[in-house]
Amino acid sequence: MATLIIAEHDNQSLKGATLNAVTAATQIGGDIHILVAGAGCQAVADEASAVAGVTKVLLADNAAYEHQLAENVSLLVAELGRDYSHVIAPATTAGKNLMPRVAALLDVAQLSDVIRIDSEDTFARPIYAGNAIATVKSLDAIKVITIRGTGFDAVAAEGGSAAIETVTAVHDAGISSFIGEEMAKSDRPELTAASVIVSGGRGMGNGENFALLESLADKLGAAVGASRAAVDAGFVPNDMQVGQTGKIVAPDLYIAVGISGAIQHLAGMKDSKVIVAINKDEEAPIFSVADYGLVADLFEAVPELDAKL
Amino acid sequence: MKVLVTVKRVIDYNVKVRVKSDNSDVDLSNVKMAMNPFCEIAVEEAVRLKEAGVASEVVVVSLGPQAAQEQIRTALALGADRGILVQSDENLESLTVAKLLAKVIEEEQPGLVIMGKQAIDTDNNQTGQMLAALTGMPQGTFASEVKVSGDKVQVTREVDGGLQTVELSMPAIVTTDLRLNEPRYASLPNIMKAKRKTLDIKTPEDLGVAVKAHTQLLKVEPPAERKAGIKVASVEELVDKLKNEAKVI
Repeated sequence: MATLIIAEHDNQSLKGATLNAVTAATQIGGDIHILVAGAGCQAVADEASAVAGVTKVLLADNAAYEHQLAENVSLLVAELGRDYSHVIAPATTAGKNLMPRVAALLDVAQLSDVIRIDSEDTFARPIYAGNAIATVKSLDAIKVITIRGTGFDAVAAEGGSAAIETVTAVHDAGISSFIGEEMAKSDRPELTAASVIVSGGRGMGNGENFALLESLADKLGAAVGASRAAVDAGFVPNDMQVGQTGKIVAPDLYIAVGISGAIQHLAGMKDSKVIVAINKDEEAPIFSVADYGLVADLFEAVPELDAKL
Repeated sequence: MKVLVTVKRVIDYNVKVRVKSDNSDVDLSNVKMAMNPFCEIAVEEAVRLKEAGVASEVVVVSLGPQAAQEQIRTALALGADRGILVQSDENLESLTVAKLLAKVIEEEQPGLVIMGKQAIDTDNNQTGQMLAALTGMPQGTFASEVKVSGDKVQVTREVDGGLQTVELSMPAIVTTDLRLNEPRYASLPNIMKAKRKTLDIKTPEDLGVAVKAHTQLLKVEPPAERKAGIKVASVEELVDKLKNEAKVI
């Protein structure tokens, strides 16, 4: 039994979500190999080789994999995956884009957003926006899985010394190409890795008012998130969305400001350790999951909170 | 160019889901069913492509029980031209659905396939990518913008760090994210007109696909409930609780 983990990276550094996937693989047992597929990504392979518990790193460094287009990388992973009992990726947009394509090429099912491992073939995953948890047994020889990061702690990024093996197979399907990207630039922590998150909803009124949350976030070393309503209204970009179809987070402290608490939003944050809700509507559903609720006008309460910290 | 769009019959997104007392599954008896919200966005995009003169015909496909005809009729009322139901009362897993759709695509030869990125029942987010693999087509998943020009389609995708744009050779598969468009409502005259549009019914056997189980559902449980918290009276009290009780700041 051996697990192949698909590294989440940007050709420069290994993303934290990979470390949660390694923990999941550790719980399954057996050898753990990490595939780093990209271009000019030797530094990522070096990082991966140091991850605790990893026994081998496979480095596929080729221009065809530069932007990790699913059409190309899926062919590579399906070829390599035949030798493994489990193929795992983090349930990020990259993992979700790639893994079903891999599974179909291998003629097996894919299990999405796994939050618990019961045995080598039995897994738990949320369904219906987290309103139910399904325990599912895989009947396939190869289990293709995406791992929800909030279900597993990250392993140590250091301490390992796995050998790096070069993979020379080049798969270029030639049917898709990368045109460009607009990535958010921020000095704040990433939403899925932050220990504190300050999130705003429709109650913020407009995008400019998010400055109130940013100031608070900077005091707390927090990331800034948003509800779908705030993103749909154009206050903030999509990468800030927390919820069923946005990012799933579970920080130590989640401060929901002007968020009513639709179930789709709760699905993305209700595993946070401590939840604070600030909302002027005392009937807002967010209060039913909040450890500490403050019924107040956010435009008074947030600056006051900022000043008191 | 023909556009093929898929719709799934799921629990209405406003309905509170309950788990059966024997933990065998969620309880779907007597609950309101509707078109999956991401599929509504897919239908809207296909209809807009037709209105813009890019698409010549919009074919809507659903897979599931006989009652899924309702969702096909809804799509026809929104502007799709004809429907196909692949009827089955069995549990159709994503891979089986993708295999069935691959057969439909073989017959229909669409230039573009538009699907919801995930269904709000099983939250799998798989079928589009699997169909792309089986047909050898490129995939533009989690789309927030779709631009067709000639035999290529440019898709802007919502990814974790922001937005990514890819160019795909057609035929291609696009899966929709929330902000691709705002679906319209069907007008009464269009609902009446939709009743006369063609709706063909096929079975998995007709398409030569065996319905196979790759997974077994062992149990379904409600999630751990969060304990109801307290209301604090002031910002001062909040700061005190966070510092001294929760110890998170």
